[in-house]
Amino acid sequence: MNQYDAVVIGAGHNGLTNAAFLARAGLRVLVAERNPYIGGATVSRELHKGWKYSNCSYVCSLFRPEIYNALDLGRHGLKVIPLVSSMTFKQNGDYFGSYSNPNVRRRELMRHSHRDADAAIRFDADVLRWCKLIRSFLLRTPPDPGSLRPRDAFEFAWLLKKFHELSEAHLYEFIRFFTMAIAEYLENYFENETILAHYSGGSIIGTGLGVYSPGTAYVLLHHAMGEVDGNIGAWGFARGGMGAISGALASAFRSYGGEIRTGAEVTRILVSGKRARGVVLSSGEAITARVVVSNLDARRTYTKLFDETDVPPLLLKRARQFKIRGSSGKLNIALDGLPSFPALPEGSPLTRGHMHFTDTLMRLEKAYDDWKDDRWSEDPYCDMLIPSQYDPTLAPPGKHMMTVFVQYCPVEPEGGWTDEKRDRFGRVVLDQIADYSPDFKSLLLHAEVRTPRELEDEVGLTEGNIFQGELTFDQLLFNRPFPGYAQYRGPVRGMYMCGSSTHPGGGVMGAPGTNAAREILHDLRKNDTTPEEFSDD
Amino acid sequence: MTEHLDAIVVGAGHNGLVCAAYLARAGKKTLVLESAPGPGGMAGTRSIRGGYHFPGLVHVAYPFAPGIRRELELDRHGYAPGAPINTTSLAGNGRHLSFGNAGISGQDVPRADADSYPPFRNRYLSFARAMQPLFDSSPPRLKETPFRDKWTLMRLGWNLRVKLGRDSMYELLRVAGINMHDVLSDTFVDDRLKGAIAAEAILGSAMCPRTPGTVLTWLQWLQGALNGPLSIPSSGSMQALASAAEAAGATIRHRAAVRRILVEAGRATGAELASGEKLAADLTVSGVDPRSTFTELVGLPQLDAMFGNRVGQIRGSGVVAKLLLALRDKPAFRGLPEPELGNRLLVAPSLRYVEHAFNASKYGEYPEQPVLDIAIPSLGDTDLAPAGHHVMSVNVAFVPYDLREDSEARKSAFTKRVIALLDEYAPGIESLIVEHQFLSPRDIEADYGAMRGHWHHGELSIHQSFMLRPLYGAAQYDTPIGGLFLCGSGSHPGGGLTGLPGRNAARRILELGKT
Repeated sequence: MNQYDAVVIGAGHNGLTNAAFLARAGLRVLVAERNPYIGGATVSRELHKGWKYSNCSYVCSLFRPEIYNALDLGRHGLKVIPLVSSMTFKQNGDYFGSYSNPNVRRRELMRHSHRDADAAIRFDADVLRWCKLIRSFLLRTPPDPGSLRPRDAFEFAWLLKKFHELSEAHLYEFIRFFTMAIAEYLENYFENETILAHYSGGSIIGTGLGVYSPGTAYVLLHHAMGEVDGNIGAWGFARGGMGAISGALASAFRSYGGEIRTGAEVTRILVSGKRARGVVLSSGEAITARVVVSNLDARRTYTKLFDETDVPPLLLKRARQFKIRGSSGKLNIALDGLPSFPALPEGSPLTRGHMHFTDTLMRLEKAYDDWKDDRWSEDPYCDMLIPSQYDPTLAPPGKHMMTVFVQYCPVEPEGGWTDEKRDRFGRVVLDQIADYSPDFKSLLLHAEVRTPRELEDEVGLTEGNIFQGELTFDQLLFNRPFPGYAQYRGPVRGMYMCGSSTHPGGGVMGAPGTNAAREILHDLRKNDTTPEEFSDD
Repeated sequence: MTEHLDAIVVGAGHNGLVCAAYLARAGKKTLVLESAPGPGGMAGTRSIRGGYHFPGLVHVAYPFAPGIRRELELDRHGYAPGAPINTTSLAGNGRHLSFGNAGISGQDVPRADADSYPPFRNRYLSFARAMQPLFDSSPPRLKETPFRDKWTLMRLGWNLRVKLGRDSMYELLRVAGINMHDVLSDTFVDDRLKGAIAAEAILGSAMCPRTPGTVLTWLQWLQGALNGPLSIPSSGSMQALASAAEAAGATIRHRAAVRRILVEAGRATGAELASGEKLAADLTVSGVDPRSTFTELVGLPQLDAMFGNRVGQIRGSGVVAKLLLALRDKPAFRGLPEPELGNRLLVAPSLRYVEHAFNASKYGEYPEQPVLDIAIPSLGDTDLAPAGHHVMSVNVAFVPYDLREDSEARKSAFTKRVIALLDEYAPGIESLIVEHQFLSPRDIEADYGAMRGHWHHGELSIHQSFMLRPLYGAAQYDTPIGGLFLCGSGSHPGGGLTGLPGRNAARRILELGKT
């Protein structure tokens, strides 16, 4: 029988989260996934024998602990190992390290600038304040400013109250934080070039903006907001790679009676009488369901899955205008051993965290200039990790797995992508690493180079945008994905969105899927099985 | 100390004059102190040897707000906006495109763009109109909001939700924070049109078409379009403002540079001139840019440490240089019909061109191919140059304030580069030049006193707009120093030849005086 209460299109981490909460409420749910494997961009794949690559997303920090608890993901095998440090190599052979131990961190800051070590106290306190504020918005549905319904009015009142709890000065500081460029925001605190570059880098990840583009400062929160072991600001790595997250979610979903079909590509959402009735697979098979949920990005959902006549023209226009430009690439590398980094002292814990090579704001900005002209950066910003140092499941004993996230890489270089161009892009990155690690190239066993093209073709993310739509302030909160459609509901009854295209956006967070489930259950008048946010401690 | 004054206004820029006129009309004994020999500040007439006169740094502007014109009876004092002009986007091949309120004209205009332009312009004008309550008033405080501010917010909300309607409001919410590059790319196909509108939106700011927030700077610019058509301001307009202020009872003292704003026990008591002369007044209003006002005229020791810290964080470095050319004859641009010569002529042939011109400035370099904004004021006002001769005013973007290599040799090489670029569009213009003057942002700072040579006294970015302009704690024109007010472009609603900061400041001063 192919009749379900709900069918979720795409087994990304949000699709699975959404499906799990629906199944938990007693619905009969099917997740249909195009690829032969589940996870979307949250996967561990064996692309070189003996190695497991998290070949898309590679760290989790934003995954909501509320979801982890509500779905009992620990019991389903998910274990998150905290990531303890980050560092930036300097061109002069020195380095800057950011340690989780506050005393060590302060000493390291002082080694570079006494003034900045003091400023860091002020900086941490400010960022923590904004974190706590924003965190409380994540598991809520944004109100619609165009609506006059009491529910939206209440939600607006709640928002206003939240802001009203801030002092007037903090209110203005928050607006500044929300609208400033990361480089300028940090310049209000720090003076040291390397420290500025180190803390700026994270704000440009995945976005077609530079460190001097307004609106990048708040992205800092996406990095500070993660909660592993309850530490705001900490990053984590899923044991077994990112696939462990989707694996645990799938296991939780199945434990509630849910069903997953891989190799089942949905080609159409069936609509009749202004109501979603189900989906059609590429095999021609039709599946009927009362509720259809799309985990795909907003552009893809509305331009590819719908009959044009079923979508209001304005919505279609918005879907085409939706900013979903790819700007990043990725290398997944199998290594014969642990590469050495002469700049670091023997046994430095810094090799276990994020490693960066861009030590000035100007280099970061120039990397962006290349992207604006549809070229990959010749001197890119890289976020490099070697997670096999603390997760033995990723590589054979004594060997290592390295993941390198690369900003910027164009959606399409002039003349389009070819395999030759992709490899040239990869070489730029390998050369940059080799500049700081002389034995790196001799340890290289295999490297998978991914550009936006690969990301779109494999995972289905339009233009290879890792967040399913840029996280700029015109595409946040009640504007995400489009004004008037930010409450997870689509243009026809019974159709919903649950991917990162919706509030609160990208990152392996699970919040969009959870929020969408809450709205669906509300419409079906079912008990709400989704968790509320933790109250502030 | 001599006679007692109610108010001293520092600087006879257009905002200082507007503010002084309003204060004087309300019966305040007001003195305007100006270091230059004539009124107008950056908008004041500027002359070079041989009888060539230029309308200052501002060479195109929209008319003053009708309210200000009416209340100050400016027209009676000789204020008249210049003849309406359009904007022409110059193309290297001589096939240009013009646009204005009426639509697009010119060569090879794509049909689709000709159709999309009028509704596009009307839509953005309607956005500008909806936002008018915000620009027209003191920026509302977000906490302990007084009724007047609530009223402003209510009017704004009504305009957005009811007057604009839901779909337009959604669209405004979408575009308010984004960049011109995306909006223009979504709407038009013609590179000349996209480049020129983007240039119009960002000129004066350290922003490129891709900078988020540039739609907002454009909406600020379009506020002026609600008052009437674009024109080259007549040379008498600043004189008209000065006359209006004097007729209202204010006194203007030229060549009287203020060295210091006197502060006693946290209260401004008057001003000290460069000559050492001290003048006492109940109120001191500064039309000077906020950074200079606080750091130089008041002095950081007089300010709360955190406030002083935030003054130091105000951003804004000039990125536009000025090239003034005295020409022995009327120039001719290749392919440009004679009647269009009087337009605002832009060399901004594509978005990428503008983007590249900006890129270099980020690294302290002169651009290879600068954006040019050209006006020939003498076409409309023959008094500006000797008979048969002409003056041409060129804004050159983007020229950074902090150059990596700042030397006279580099500067004159760049000036030559700009003239050579002009010559590509107007062949033979080089031979017409009698005299020229190039003002870098540093020269503008030196000549006009605006810190770091910024046109708008501070970047018009979102985090420095509205209740954050120039910084919170001084965004409602009053400052932490009792009796000290701001009235220049550094205050809300910012730059451009609008007079609004001056008028809003005067209203605020008078309102506070009542309570």
